[in-house]
Amino acid sequence: MRKITYEQAATEAIQEEFRKNPRTVHMSTDLPVDLQKEFGSDRVRVTPIAENNFVGASIGLAGSGFRTVANIRMATFGFVALDQMMNHAAKITYMFGGQASFPILYRMTVGAGFQGAAEHSISPYSMYMNVPGLKIILPTTPYDVKGLLKTALRDNNPVVSFEHFLLGQTTGEVPEKEYFIPFGKADIKRKGTDVTVVALAKMVHEALLVAEELAPKGISVEVVDPRTLIPLDKGTILRSVRKTGRLVVVDEACQTCSAAAEIIAFSTADKTVFNKLKSAPVRVCGLDIPIPFSPPMEAFALPDKKKIAKAIMAVMKGE
Amino acid sequence: MNLSKKLQIELFNTMLTIRRFEERLFKEFYSGTITGFVHSYIGEEAIATGVIAHLTKEDRIVSHHRGHGHCIAKGADMRRMMAEIHGKKTGYCKGKGGSMHIADFSIGMLGADGIVGAGLPIATGAAIAAQLEKKGKIAAVFFGDGACQEGEFHEALNLASLWKLPILFVCENNGWGVNTSVGESFGAKEITRLPNAFHIKHDTVDGNDVERVYWAAGEAVTRLRKGNGPFFLECKTYRWHKHFLSDALPDLRPKKEIEAWKKKCPVKAYEKKLLKRKVLSPSRIKSMDDRILKKIEEAHAFALASPLPKPQDALQDIYSK
Repeated sequence: MRKITYEQAATEAIQEEFRKNPRTVHMSTDLPVDLQKEFGSDRVRVTPIAENNFVGASIGLAGSGFRTVANIRMATFGFVALDQMMNHAAKITYMFGGQASFPILYRMTVGAGFQGAAEHSISPYSMYMNVPGLKIILPTTPYDVKGLLKTALRDNNPVVSFEHFLLGQTTGEVPEKEYFIPFGKADIKRKGTDVTVVALAKMVHEALLVAEELAPKGISVEVVDPRTLIPLDKGTILRSVRKTGRLVVVDEACQTCSAAAEIIAFSTADKTVFNKLKSAPVRVCGLDIPIPFSPPMEAFALPDKKKIAKAIMAVMKGE
Repeated sequence: MNLSKKLQIELFNTMLTIRRFEERLFKEFYSGTITGFVHSYIGEEAIATGVIAHLTKEDRIVSHHRGHGHCIAKGADMRRMMAEIHGKKTGYCKGKGGSMHIADFSIGMLGADGIVGAGLPIATGAAIAAQLEKKGKIAAVFFGDGACQEGEFHEALNLASLWKLPILFVCENNGWGVNTSVGESFGAKEITRLPNAFHIKHDTVDGNDVERVYWAAGEAVTRLRKGNGPFFLECKTYRWHKHFLSDALPDLRPKKEIEAWKKKCPVKAYEKKLLKRKVLSPSRIKSMDDRILKKIEEAHAFALASPLPKPQDALQDIYSK
């Protein structure tokens, strides 16, 4: 099968949907060359650096029967647009009693590990999970990003796609044939029997590397990638933990009030899982600090293979 | 050039309807039937009336927290408005929005937003849609002087100017943001300096004179439909009541100022004009008023007779299908 980059796969999803639906508009502060070449500057618009405006304009377009993709670039810039995102995009379907749909795809990069320092590095998805009304996706491979964005571009709600900055140039197999990945369906990226590792964003790849390294030592790690946070496939996670009796959640977002905290909370609140736990679940998250610039400090703030392996060994010994 | 008799009567009828609707809400609020935040449009009726008279159902508007007048002028059903304000299941938003968030997408009323300035970016989106549809439709956004202090205002003006969007910015300048005057909060002093800076054509009119608003909006809308870029209409006006109806909220505006503006009542002034022009007779006005009051009474009765939502209805409409 052909291999393409994550970013190419994302662009393909948009191209395919824009070809099918002329009532689609793309807005971003940077020029997406290929998209504008194919669809023209009326539909593919470069906006002023005014995130709140184009995040809000997407809502007005949606309310007028258009579907919009708004690429905010980095999640830290997304904070500039929080009024439109949180007060409006998330709420108006509900607040107006469901009388209109708001089909919008918001894309932004998350993560750290590229010496971007605090104002260009963050993974704020749990903040968005706390404002009901948005769907939240977290694609981790070229295959997943294409299939999830395709679904997002047919969904009639505001969908926020958080895409790890360091995944954009990674490559992977992507079929030429059209496909969709439904929301709320986790992907077991590696099957295992001893411990469940639920990993988010780039940490899926780190967890897979650790699983590979631990296999020869006789530790069988199951790596679950939820792929979408809203809706969240709790069933797959619960089934996995029921089976292994051990849970580690890995994410580079700050630990406090994180998606990782939520995953542990609902897992342990499930009696059938709770009764089967062989050890206390463990979180491997980013430290609760702004991301520092200098490499040794930045690495210290983030989860890595060593920290993941250590957590897995800890839950194994918990028996 | 004079307006046709029919149009003059229509304008008066719309203003009087808004006035009577808001008076009824005032009464119901202070008798305890309505809860929450109700922002009265009394004193500003000429603006929604004069501007929206030029719009069709295909033109889209975005309103703000003080939005009942815009809804009525755009042709919203007062029964469903009243039901929404009473938190009833039959309301426009099934009781989920209340007074501040009435919307009717079927008539191009894209909703009232309760965050000051937030309607402007949303309206630029509606204007992009109109531009792409190429049918001469326009978007209009209503906002107060307070919104001009928000960053979103400046962003929206910039975008509209750059992309020559068919958007009518209607600034309802009532001089006050809650209890803070424009003088205390707006460095540019004259609001139209801002559209001017963005090369947006603008006009300032007496927002209590419905015909002046009508003429100015008419010129603007004609321009907009031709695709000649955005227009900014500042309407100077005043709200009679506090920021929102409340026993607790103080009104720090000078009493003399409030009284002076009440003497410039847009409804009374137009009534006087139409009597003088013999467009309407006192008895005709009386029968118009009776008809309006009856409709409002019916809307109120509809709201009272409507069921409240079930608590579990709160779980519906979070997402569209």
